[in-house]
Amino acid sequence: MTREEVLKNLKNRFKDDIIEVFDKSSNRVYIDIKPGSLVSVATYVFNDLEARFNIATGVDVRYHMEILYHFTFEDLNLLISFRVKLPKDKLEIESLTSVFEGADWIEREMHELLGIDFKGHPDLRRLLLSEEWPEGVYPLRCDYKEWDEKAIRDRGV
Amino acid sequence: MAKTIIPIGPYHPLQEEPEFFTLVVDGEKVVDIDMQMGYNHRGIEKLSEMKTFDQSTFVIERICGICSTSHPFAYTRAVEDIIPMEVPERAKYIRTIIAEGERLHSHLLWLGLAGHFLGYNTVYMWAWKLREEILEVMEILSGNRNNYAMFKPGGIRRDIKPEDIPVVVKKLDSIVPTLRLLLKAVTDDPVIHARTKGIGILTKEESINYCALGPTSRASGVARDVRKDSHYGAYDKVEWEMIVTHNGDVFDKVVVRILEMLEAHKIMKACLLDLPPGEIDAKIKSIPPGEGIGHIEAPRGETFHYVRSDGTNSPARHKVRAPTFMNLPTYKATVVGETISDATIILAAIDPCYCCTERMAVRDPGGRKLYDGEAMIRLSQEKTEKMRRRRLI
Repeated sequence: MTREEVLKNLKNRFKDDIIEVFDKSSNRVYIDIKPGSLVSVATYVFNDLEARFNIATGVDVRYHMEILYHFTFEDLNLLISFRVKLPKDKLEIESLTSVFEGADWIEREMHELLGIDFKGHPDLRRLLLSEEWPEGVYPLRCDYKEWDEKAIRDRGV
Repeated sequence: MAKTIIPIGPYHPLQEEPEFFTLVVDGEKVVDIDMQMGYNHRGIEKLSEMKTFDQSTFVIERICGICSTSHPFAYTRAVEDIIPMEVPERAKYIRTIIAEGERLHSHLLWLGLAGHFLGYNTVYMWAWKLREEILEVMEILSGNRNNYAMFKPGGIRRDIKPEDIPVVVKKLDSIVPTLRLLLKAVTDDPVIHARTKGIGILTKEESINYCALGPTSRASGVARDVRKDSHYGAYDKVEWEMIVTHNGDVFDKVVVRILEMLEAHKIMKACLLDLPPGEIDAKIKSIPPGEGIGHIEAPRGETFHYVRSDGTNSPARHKVRAPTFMNLPTYKATVVGETISDATIILAAIDPCYCCTERMAVRDPGGRKLYDGEAMIRLSQEKTEKMRRRRLI
């Protein structure tokens, strides 16, 4: 399958799920999708198109939260990032762990650093932050204050 | 039934990445494994947002002492992808040379430690002696044995002097016979066969499911290498082969890495002899708002950087994904079902930081300490010794 065929295929199959396609360069494409259709898109891309899941990036852009799911199509030298936008008052999305194991840790990481809930994730324990880190303080959010008093309360600083 | 828990880690002054493993064992057999990380979480992603694009290159370089080229390489590619732009040809070649030098010394470091864990201190000494040569080569090329500071968005910082090239090529060639000797020693030795063949198998399906990367996945028959697929640096200009084996056990991971070293030598030499003249820096004036992705093949697998710019002089978001992040969870597939004395080498086989294993401690359910890290390595070494004596192989 060529690059154009992959994109055409995705556009036809997920007509109602795709909001916008941004064709940045010959090997980078960004596709905005609806949060509800993430699992079906990811399943198709991972299982049928045999793309490799690189990682997901969570970004806080003040008015909403974005998650980019990066997939690589090795033989096409193409990297497609699927972008979902979550409203700040309802930060939850379906987990991808049922599709592939590789999503396990990154979802745990986004859960603790950005406060996004992944529905259906088997084990949303903390991955990087320590036990003493206070609940409800998310360091990668825009409104996080550096040297938050609550954040360092147990460290004797 | 009472289960015995073996905590491994979490912290040791020698570790570069402290992790905490909990092995649940039944007798000698590992029945479950759990991992906990974050002991070395320094918030570099957040820190990078407070630095300028140029300063970030240096922050990123200090993520890991061994991968001190991979991270800046991926980061500069991500920044160049925002614009988007191409770097000068000569800079591409020099970037490739430095990246392959890093692969050589990283794989040698791993090979030495893997030998040590198996009780093969000869392999350990040979590999580290060879690594010293590579570090000297890197010192000639960049001025540093580690943390080379060669990368900047748009090109590289320092040029390679033409009079250095013959010296470097000679030094590089001198390691090849020893590498072949090591390869032969590893592939012919019956004891190494017995300790590593069929141990800690990661199947192709598991490898794809866990999204494993680099030598860990290539040993399982997954033919994926960013260097071949993504056309960056000078990898498409020189002849080299992607190394793929199919068994997925520890032995194959050793073989993949040794063969990759020979390929790395080939790439490095070809690039040095074929270095095109010209500029080394494209001199970026400004970075427009937008987002960029850079990914490259580090010694342990793909390093992935995502950078978002909002038009100011510092990144608005910088996501870093090191290869071990995807390779570590494969322990769930490889360690369970194996014995404790094999756990040491399986945990080391994906090339995380080995120092973690030095702090292994076996406790009984009452919390009494049975073995510490040294005892675990001794246990592993004694097993080799016992096999050798009994001539099981």
